[in-house]
Amino acid sequence: MSLWEYANPARFMALTSRAQPWVWAAAALCLAVGLVWGFFLTPPAEKFGATVKIIFIHVPSALMAINAWAMMLVASLIWLIRRHHVSALAAKAAAPVGVVMTLIALITGAIWGQPMWGTWWAWDPRLTSFLILFLFYLGYIALWAAIEDPDTAADLTSVLCLVGSVFAFLSRYAVNFWNQGLHQGATLSLDKEENISNVFWLPLVISMVGFGLLFVALVILRTRTEVRARRLHALELRERMA
Amino acid sequence: MNRLIARDLRLAVRAGGGFGLGLAFFLIVSVLVPLAVGPERSQLAAIAPGILWVAALLACLLSLDRMFALDWEDGSLDLLATAPVPLESVALAKGAAHWLTTGLPLTLLAPLLGLFLNLPSAGYTMLVLTLAIGTPALSMIGAFGAALTVGLKRGGLLLGLLVLPMYIPTLIFGAEVVRRAAQSQPYQTPLLLLAGITLGAIALLPFAAAAALRINLR
Repeated sequence: MSLWEYANPARFMALTSRAQPWVWAAAALCLAVGLVWGFFLTPPAEKFGATVKIIFIHVPSALMAINAWAMMLVASLIWLIRRHHVSALAAKAAAPVGVVMTLIALITGAIWGQPMWGTWWAWDPRLTSFLILFLFYLGYIALWAAIEDPDTAADLTSVLCLVGSVFAFLSRYAVNFWNQGLHQGATLSLDKEENISNVFWLPLVISMVGFGLLFVALVILRTRTEVRARRLHALELRERMA
Repeated sequence: MNRLIARDLRLAVRAGGGFGLGLAFFLIVSVLVPLAVGPERSQLAAIAPGILWVAALLACLLSLDRMFALDWEDGSLDLLATAPVPLESVALAKGAAHWLTTGLPLTLLAPLLGLFLNLPSAGYTMLVLTLAIGTPALSMIGAFGAALTVGLKRGGLLLGLLVLPMYIPTLIFGAEVVRRAAQSQPYQTPLLLLAGITLGAIALLPFAAAAALRINLR
């Protein structure tokens, strides 16, 4: 019994069809609890006022925007090394989810930035690196869309994902050089003494878990769709041959 | 490898288009900017390093799609793949040839355009030096992008979308050095980082480009 057994599409489909409702339910539960608690049951923060409540969407979506790329990187590596088709399809499925998460983070950030910094957009390192991440997502998705042969597309996008990760990482630190930040540093960590105040901490963590589960649920759904589309394509080809 | 570079250089010079086109584009972009933002000398001086770097970036991009595409169309890429030279060296040679036909002329032309854009005199040395150091990275990243899109019919636009985000670190460090030099500030750190990116790109990207070529030739 190993994890790789689920690389078999039939097993993957069987497992995910059983797991899918539970993941959706857990995501919905966490999001409902986290967001309702965050929006309606936390006090307005000093200095921020009620605008702080957008943090319950902004921070989790930003977290998932980065993690989605990390997941694509791992899935691409698995595809390149072990040639499991489900892995390549999962990377393909994760990209549009990741790009939407990046957009949500950018848009909620702009909405939050307007009252707090007095501007919708500042060329701050964090904002800029998110915009760059968005561009990398677009390139990745466009390359998938441009190539017809599915295996070639999977190979080339995987190579792009590996090289792109290096450059996205470089860009993230390069922009620090170029401008000082407006954005505050991380206020949520496992090892630091000083954290975001407790009133906000728990609903925020629940929202983050909710966004993570939502991401998993969406990726499962989209991967299943991709597997089915691949099967349909194979059936059509077989019919044409006959 | 040397013969491959020489062959690409001859093709670039004789077959027309590629060689002068990038330079002319560089010139035109640098002329368009003052027309768009106005002839205010102090304003031009402030944006000159950035404009020259962005123009160099775009000029580099312009000739990328023909780097492998022509060889792909007439089948010589297949021959190169079966030649005794490893495909990694082919990718490196192609990148080198691209640099010799675009990056190097751009570097040499840049001071003249700096004059047009009223670049402060402290910035000229660093403008030439950063372009000389940074454009090889642009060529190698471009070789990788061209290798990814070589099999596509209309790869040109996609190539821009793939390659330009990867140009960002080079652009940031390159323009930063020139800007700091123009304002007489210390610029050693970004200069070293720029050199680091170039060396890393030259060392590693031929492998990525060759991998992409192999996938496309399969």
